[in-house]
Amino acid sequence: MSLDSKFMAFAMPVGVGVILLSLWEFLVWFYQVPKFLVPAPSLVATTLVQDWWLLFSSLWVTLKVTFFAFFLSVVIGTLVAFLFVQSRVVEMSFFPYAVLLQVTPIVAIAPLIIIWAKDTNTALVICATLVGLFPIISNTVLGLRSVNPGLLNLFKMNKATRFQQLVRLRIPSAAPYFFGGLRISSGLSLIGAVVAEFVAGTGGSGAGLAYQILQAGFQLNIPRLFAALFLITITGVLLFLLMVALSRLALGGWHESELVPEA
Amino acid sequence: MAAPHPAPLPVKHGERENTVIEVSGAEKVFANGTRALEPIDLGIRQGEFITLLGPSGCGKSTLLKMIANLLEPSSGDIRWWGKGFDHVGEDGKKLVFVFQDATLMPWASVRGNVRLPLDLAGAERKLADARVDQALALVGLSKFDLSYPRQLSGGMQMRASIARALVTEPNVLLMDEPFGALDEITRNKLDQDLLDLWYEKKLTVVFVTHSIYEAVFLSTRVVVMAARPGRIMREVKIDAPYPRNEAFRVSQEFAMYARDLQLLLAEASAAGAVED
Ligand SMILES: Nc1ncnc2c1ncn2[C@@H]1O[C@H](COP(=O)(O)OP(=O)(O)OP(=O)(O)O)[C@@H](O)[C@H]1O
Ligand SMILES: [Mg+2]
Repeated sequence: MSLDSKFMAFAMPVGVGVILLSLWEFLVWFYQVPKFLVPAPSLVATTLVQDWWLLFSSLWVTLKVTFFAFFLSVVIGTLVAFLFVQSRVVEMSFFPYAVLLQVTPIVAIAPLIIIWAKDTNTALVICATLVGLFPIISNTVLGLRSVNPGLLNLFKMNKATRFQQLVRLRIPSAAPYFFGGLRISSGLSLIGAVVAEFVAGTGGSGAGLAYQILQAGFQLNIPRLFAALFLITITGVLLFLLMVALSRLALGGWHESELVPEA
Repeated sequence: MAAPHPAPLPVKHGERENTVIEVSGAEKVFANGTRALEPIDLGIRQGEFITLLGPSGCGKSTLLKMIANLLEPSSGDIRWWGKGFDHVGEDGKKLVFVFQDATLMPWASVRGNVRLPLDLAGAERKLADARVDQALALVGLSKFDLSYPRQLSGGMQMRASIARALVTEPNVLLMDEPFGALDEITRNKLDQDLLDLWYEKKLTVVFVTHSIYEAVFLSTRVVVMAARPGRIMREVKIDAPYPRNEAFRVSQEFAMYARDLQLLLAEASAAGAVED
């Protein structure tokens, strides 16, 4: 049962993918769609191989921004969350500004950040961090506050210090929420990085994947555009899977969300 | 089987020196104006097994929480071993609270959960582990020390919770409907084990329950409470000898006490309803 369902969880989406791609390939061939409108999947695949070095070095540029921004989001977000739960007053005063982060469209402020920042790379990292930050803050705050009141009473009755409460109770209670935040934030950091690159446009020095997409668009090199798009998507999926694995590693022993239903 | 032959009670009633907890005129009015308890007077003596019995909302939990110092009385006073709460926790003056649900940390093994109070007190690892082994043996969970709470049945989780309470070698056990969520068979078994433990370790227990049968089976004294406002209506001494076992449950004596309490409880519920 367990092996079977694992296999199915893998096979079903792959099967759907294969069918959709075949259909796409067939339709493009059948209607003779020109490749500067919609390229066939096979052509996208060949382009991916042919332009591999160009695309891969661009991917690397985008990934560096993504990882750096994600890392900063996690560090800053966690610190801010810890500050927030220290006192209601702090949270009340500052949480609305954290929400501001969430509701301000990054495309709207990216030009400003690009002007203000010393170099484009810094600007890109700042933009992507702004996008990735909020889920970490809100999830971690929620987690640090979602402590079983009975356990809290137990700790108090045992005269636990604030530090003991934090390490032995609040942090483990917050862990599932934190990992939920990681999943969201990792994807958003990637999106933030790509969007910021778009805004920076061809003026950007780094030449990340968004730059390749813009360039390919100008040159009507649509197969390359698709190949770049494919790389971004697959990177997002891999990031997500990485976070899932990390979360399973950390919580697999005890948290409901990671328990495999027994047959 | 006939009633078991008399054995000496571990309690000598009425000795003031043996008073462990003295509640004098303690009253509770919550911030929202709810008058949960009228001024309560209750003395709890060394070695007693006291049960608070009463209709829902009569303030049993409130009283127990005040005794545990989790709630402050609005007026009146509570003394522990004749002193303030600061001295609780010293040797021979240890008090623990057992919650209605097991309240275990899901991320820690049974061993980790039971060891928590010792860890928080900074006990030495080896010593702590030895004490944990003892406590687990007492509740019959020795084989499950490395299991996680979710792998245990409700009854076993409750045993783990009791082991965690026992690991500090407490003198007073405060229990708020600890077996309320369990089926009757499991509950009877745990009642028996708790009673044996109390007898053997010469504990003092204050126990909250809805169950008349549980109250009769366990208690040296049942405190019947009425609601609106919460107050003590009557105290009933259960003068049956210990150790008690299944034979007591089916005895004439048991049935008599249960009947008396049933009548009192009906009266208590009616008293609350009139003031509605
Ligand atoms: N924190 C609180 N704020 C306001 N009112 C409260 C609070 N806690 C309890 N009460 C009220 O005090 C009264 C006594 O509550 P308590 O929980 O002590 O009853 P109980 O006897 O334990 O009931 P049950 O058998 O249902 O557990 C109830 O009317 C309840 O609504
Ligand atoms: Mg209650």
